[in-house]
Amino acid sequence: MVRRSSVLIAIGTIMLSTTAFAQQQKIKVGVTATLEGTYTVLGEDGIRGFQTALNVLGKTVGDKELEFVIASTDATPDSAVRAVRKLIEQDKVQILLSPLSGDEGIAVKNFAKTHPELTFVNAASGAQETTYVDPAPNFFRYNMDGAQWQVGLGKYAYETKGYRKIATVGEDYSFIYTQVFGLVLEFCGAGGQVTNRQWVPLGTKDFASVIAALPDDVDAIYLGLGGADAVNFLNQYQQAGGKAHLMGGSIMIDQTILSSKGSAKNALIGTIAASGQADTWDDPGWQKFVKAYQDAFPPNKRFPSPSLLATNYYDSTMALILALRQVNGDLSDNQAKLKDALAKIEIDAPNGKIKLDSNRQAIGTNFVTEVVDDGKGALFSKVVKVIPNVNQTLGYDPAVFAKIGLPSRTVPECKKY
Amino acid sequence: MSLAERTHLHAKPPASAALTPDASAWSIAQNPAPWAVAVILLIMPLLANGFFLIEIFGTTLILGTVALSLMFLAGYGGMVSLMQLTIAGFAGYMVAVLGVSGSAKISLGWPWWLATPMALALATGFGTLGGALAVRTEGIYTIMITLAIGAAFYYFTNQNWAIFNGHTGLNTIATPQFWGVDWRADIPFYYVTLGVAALCYFAVVYVSRAPFGLALQGVRDNPRRMAALGFHVNAHRIAAYALASLIAGLGGVLQVWNYRQISPGSVAVERCIDILIIAVVGGITRPVGAFIGAFIFVILRTFALDVLVQLGLDGNRFRLLIGLGFLAVVFWSSDGVVGLWEHWRRRSAPSSYRGGAHHG
Repeated sequence: MVRRSSVLIAIGTIMLSTTAFAQQQKIKVGVTATLEGTYTVLGEDGIRGFQTALNVLGKTVGDKELEFVIASTDATPDSAVRAVRKLIEQDKVQILLSPLSGDEGIAVKNFAKTHPELTFVNAASGAQETTYVDPAPNFFRYNMDGAQWQVGLGKYAYETKGYRKIATVGEDYSFIYTQVFGLVLEFCGAGGQVTNRQWVPLGTKDFASVIAALPDDVDAIYLGLGGADAVNFLNQYQQAGGKAHLMGGSIMIDQTILSSKGSAKNALIGTIAASGQADTWDDPGWQKFVKAYQDAFPPNKRFPSPSLLATNYYDSTMALILALRQVNGDLSDNQAKLKDALAKIEIDAPNGKIKLDSNRQAIGTNFVTEVVDDGKGALFSKVVKVIPNVNQTLGYDPAVFAKIGLPSRTVPECKKY
Repeated sequence: MSLAERTHLHAKPPASAALTPDASAWSIAQNPAPWAVAVILLIMPLLANGFFLIEIFGTTLILGTVALSLMFLAGYGGMVSLMQLTIAGFAGYMVAVLGVSGSAKISLGWPWWLATPMALALATGFGTLGGALAVRTEGIYTIMITLAIGAAFYYFTNQNWAIFNGHTGLNTIATPQFWGVDWRADIPFYYVTLGVAALCYFAVVYVSRAPFGLALQGVRDNPRRMAALGFHVNAHRIAAYALASLIAGLGGVLQVWNYRQISPGSVAVERCIDILIIAVVGGITRPVGAFIGAFIFVILRTFALDVLVQLGLDGNRFRLLIGLGFLAVVFWSSDGVVGLWEHWRRRSAPSSYRGGAHHG
C-alpha cells in the first residue's frame, strides 16, 4: 500500500515537473484577426504585419520561445469575445494580441476585466471608448484611436484646400464615429461646416440610395468606409458618375483599398486623408519596415506597401516582444512585471515613436496624406504633413474634451469647443 | 414546401407512438441509453472543465434549447419558423436593457429576478405576435415571413442606438448572484443550463402527449378536418408559438448570461439559419434531435479550423468543412442523426421496437 502510493506520488511529481518545464519553455500568445466577413482583407494584412514583426524581432525571449495561436473573427463583438474565450480556455494562452476592429475592441476590453491575471495587447482596434471610458488595467493599446488618426485633416482641408462645407458617409459603428469625431472637431473648429452625416451598416453592398442622397452643394465628401464596403462604394460611385472632391478616413485611404482591382479606385487620386502612417514617408525606420514586409511575402500575396493594419499589428507585436524581453519572460505574480513594462515602454515604431498615457492608450505620430499615382498604375498615400505627439484628447484640455461627449452619430456638434 | 412536407411524413411515427404511451420506454433495463446520457450529463463537471464544460456542453444545451423551440413548432405543428433565434436574441437584449450592463445610459438596472421574468414575458409576447402574423400563411410563406421578422430585427438592432446600442451592442451584462453563489461561474452555470434544457425538453415531451399537443399534431396533419371537428386551428398554432417563444426566450437569457454581451451579430440572419441547420441535422421529429444537432454543430464550429490546419490545409476554408459535414448528414439521413439512430436500432433489434418512443 505504502509502496503503491509512493509510486503514485512519484508519477505525480514527474507529471507536475514536466508541465512546469513545458510552461517555462513556452509563452503562449493568442492572436485574433478578422479573417471572415467585410474586413477579411484587413485581417489578412494584419497577420502579415504580425509575421513581419516575428521575422524582424525573432520568436525568443531569453531562453523561452513564443508560441502563437491565431483565431478568426468577423468584426462583430460577439465573434471577438468567442474567439478570445476559445484562446484562453481551450488553448490556454497567457497573453492576448487582440482585436482588430472597433466594436471588437470595446467588447474585448470589457472581457479583459474578467481575466485580470492575463495581459491584453490591442492589435489594431481604434474606437475611442475602448481606452477612454472605464479602461481595463490589463488592456494596452499601442495604436492611436480613430480620432487621433484624423488630426491635421480638418485644418488641411479648410486652410490649404479651401473646403468650407463637407458631408460625410461612414460605416455605422464606433470606429468610424471616432474618426468623424476627430475630423468634425478640427474642421468645424477651423470654421468649416459639416452639413450632412450619412451612416450605412457595416457590410452594405448596395450604395445606390446613399449615393443618390449625397448633397451637391458641398466642397468635398468625406468617406469613412473600409474593406469590401469601400470598394463597393467606389465602384457604384464611379458608375453613378460621381465627380466630387473626396476626403478619406484611415482605412479608406489605405493599401487595402488603394491596391484593389479595377479602375474604381482611380476616383481616389488627389483625395486627402489622415492616418497613423503614410506609404511614401522617407523616414529610414519606415522604409526599413516596408522592405521587411515586402521581403517576407511574394508580391502577389501582399500589398505593394503595408496597410495601416499591418503596421498596427507590427507595432503591437513589437511592443509585446520588447516588453517581454525587458522582464526576461517573467510572467509570475499575475504577469505584474510584464504589465508594468508594457505601461512604461516607449517603442521606436516604423510610424514614429509611441508611448502610452495613464489609460494605457498610445500617444504617437499622425500623418496627413494625399493619394498619388506612382506612374505605373499603383496608388500610394504621399505625406503632406507629419504631426508628432498626438494624444487621446487631441490637444484639448481633458475637462473640455470630456464635455464634448463620446463619439456617436451626432456627436460632436459642428462648432468650436 | 418540401421541408414542411417532409416533417409531416416523418413526424407520423412519433405521433402514433405518442398516442400509445409506453411506460416501458422509461425503464433502465429496456432502454439504457437515455439513462446513461442523463448520468453523464449530471457528472459532466467531473469529466470536463472550463472550456469543454461551458464552450462545448453549455453552448450545446443553450443552442439545443433554442433549436428545441423550432423542433416543437416544425415537428409537432408543421410550422418552420426562422425567427426562433430572433426571439432568443430579443429576450437576451431585454435582459441587458432591463437589467444591469456596462451601458448605464440604456440599462434600467433592475435586479435579475425582476428583469429576467420580464424579459421572458416580453420575448413570449414578441414571439406570439410574430406567430400570429405567421399562422396566416403555410409552408414556404411561413419561412419567409419569419425570416423577414428575423432580418428586420437584425437591421433594427444594428441601427437603433436608443435601446439596442447599435453595432456595439450591450457589454458587461450582470449575471445573477445569490445564496452566495456566482451563478455564472463554470459549474453552477453548467447546472443552470442543464436544468433549463431538461425542463424545456420534458415540457415539450409532455406537451406532445397532452391533449393540446395531440390536437396540434392533428392540426399539422389535417387542419381542415380539425376545423370541422370544432378545433380552432389558428388558436392552437398561436399557442404553439407562445410556448416555443418561451422556450427560445429561456435559451436567449442563458446565452446572454453566458457571453455577458449581446450585439447585432448575435441575432444576424446567419445565426437564424444556424438554428434551422441544428434542428434539421439533429432530426426534426424528436425533441432530442435538437440537442444532438447542437452538439454536432458546436463541435464542428469549434474544431473545424484546427482540424484543417492539422491536415496542412488552408485554415481559412473551415466553413467548407462545416458545410460538408451538414451535407453528409442530411444526404445520408433526411431525418437527421436521430433518423440514423432509429434506423440502426431497428436493424439491430428488429422485433423489440417498432416506432417505439425513444425520447431521450
